[in-house]
Amino acid sequence: MGHIVLENVEKSFGEVTVIPPLNLEMEDGEFVVFVGPSGCGKSTLLRLIAGLEDVTGGTIRIDGQDATAVPPAKRGLAMVFQSYALYPHMTVRKNITFPLRMAKLDQAEQKRRVEQAAAVLNLTEYLDRRPGQLSGGQRQRVAIGRAIVREPSAFLFDEPLSNLDAALRVGMRLEISELHERLKTTMIYVTHDQVEAMTMADKIVVLQAGRIEQVGSPLELYRTPRNRFVAGFIGSPKMNFLEGPEARKHDAQTIGIRPEHITPSSSEGTWKGRVGVAEHLGSDTFFHVHMEECAEPVTVRSGGEVDMHHGDTIYLTPDVEQIHRFDDQGLRIG
Amino acid sequence: MARAVKNKQKIINTVAAWGIGLLIFFPVLWTILTSFKTEAQAIADPPVFLFFDWTLENYAIVQERSDYMRYLWNSVIIAGVSTLVGIVVAVPAAWSMAFVPSKRTKDVLLWMLSTKMLPAVGVLYPIYLIFIQLGLLDTRTGLVIVMMLINLPIIVWMLYTYFREIPGEILEAARMDGASLRDEILYVLTPMAVPGIASTILLNFILAWNEAFWTLNLTAAKAGPLTAFIASYSSPEGLFYAKLSAASTMAIAPILILGWFSQKQLVRGLTFGAVK
Repeated sequence: MGHIVLENVEKSFGEVTVIPPLNLEMEDGEFVVFVGPSGCGKSTLLRLIAGLEDVTGGTIRIDGQDATAVPPAKRGLAMVFQSYALYPHMTVRKNITFPLRMAKLDQAEQKRRVEQAAAVLNLTEYLDRRPGQLSGGQRQRVAIGRAIVREPSAFLFDEPLSNLDAALRVGMRLEISELHERLKTTMIYVTHDQVEAMTMADKIVVLQAGRIEQVGSPLELYRTPRNRFVAGFIGSPKMNFLEGPEARKHDAQTIGIRPEHITPSSSEGTWKGRVGVAEHLGSDTFFHVHMEECAEPVTVRSGGEVDMHHGDTIYLTPDVEQIHRFDDQGLRIG
Repeated sequence: MARAVKNKQKIINTVAAWGIGLLIFFPVLWTILTSFKTEAQAIADPPVFLFFDWTLENYAIVQERSDYMRYLWNSVIIAGVSTLVGIVVAVPAAWSMAFVPSKRTKDVLLWMLSTKMLPAVGVLYPIYLIFIQLGLLDTRTGLVIVMMLINLPIIVWMLYTYFREIPGEILEAARMDGASLRDEILYVLTPMAVPGIASTILLNFILAWNEAFWTLNLTAAKAGPLTAFIASYSSPEGLFYAKLSAASTMAIAPILILGWFSQKQLVRGLTFGAVK
């Protein structure tokens, strides 16, 4: 249940190719995150799997069956939309019951499943309200409730948290992860937020301009990004890229080093620079350092409080083991 | 100071609005007043406004001479059934135009509207012949069909504009939830569009109720609605303004009352829907 395979799937809108042919496999029970910048085709890819868009070419298999021409209602998948897409004229109970009503389940079973879902999602006391009377987080839980009662073979999430405020987003992220732990159902999750991708995924698919840049576990992508794009996209704050003489020392066109792999010091180090902006978070301190050798400021992370401020001279020592090397095509060397 | 100017402006606006409103309403008011006059007072020069001998005589005569209830019933059937059939046909049409538009959707919409640009009399002859051939002349069925067809473009346009306001994701959610196309339209789209559908029904009922060209040309005694009822008092009887006014008042009363009770819905429909 929930094994999805894309074979040479492609999508064009008229003359414009949004997704050139791609292959991808999602194992049963996996939490797969599609991540990429806006307009990279991740939502389109999800909608192709859902059946809300027709593929231009290729085959989609769900649990071994060719589902390419199967209408969305018959694919056995459930989807949670960014805008929640609740039925505004129905109560929460009716919203959650709707897929069961469509499946013509008997009344007793409908009631049982709705109450179970409501209990899991802390919605029991809101069952008789309408979506308009709920907060954003509650609405999103109703949308998730509507998805889980169907007991689908896979869940599709289309940027479900991007309409929520930051605090709520962290909470819902944990709830969705817990839900996955409990249900063990395949989940495909689309986001542009790499933090969501890193924290939730078993497998991350990084997309750019409709192409898959890399597929792997969060730590694989963090440790061995296949190219500059993935290196820059995964990890927060972003990886620093240096070109020119520093890169040539390492036989590369570009070298990349993450902020957490550079040790700052006020007295000695490999590189010398001047502190531009210092962000003191208490748990961490981030320095944006201007160096003569590079145009872009280099971001450095230091644990705890470090007493250095704007204008101070700073020495940086990169961890040589953690330097990523890229060739002139932006591909990883070694 | 600013407040005073604002208030003054408000008073001017209010007076102007009432003035224009009364000006538009005056013919209707005059008809209603005339219906309570005697024939002599109805044509008096200078005209009498309020100070005349109020009488219900005209209503009694009109009711005696012609069967008001039969005409009323015809009007209700023709306006009601044509509107309902129109809605049933137009909802799926508007759905497809609003949610699965093609390259030609705009053209189809304009083409539909263009049928309203032709003067009705231009097709009177062919339609009259078709009605004779099919035995539809002076039948309610025939009028329901014609009325439904001439109002269909407006119904589709109005519903189309309403449906466009409904987010497509909700319909996609219904599809993901296992709803068939029928379920999607019946349980999700229609309930969400109820305000729009209600004002469309109302407006089209009124249009069909007041339509006079086809009802006068295609009916005689049997299927004639209230428009035919009024017309029967205008030409052959000569100068009987008071009775004609009584007949008119009786004919417009039901729709006036309906309009009064549903004015909120109607205004919303007119401003939010097709005439946006």
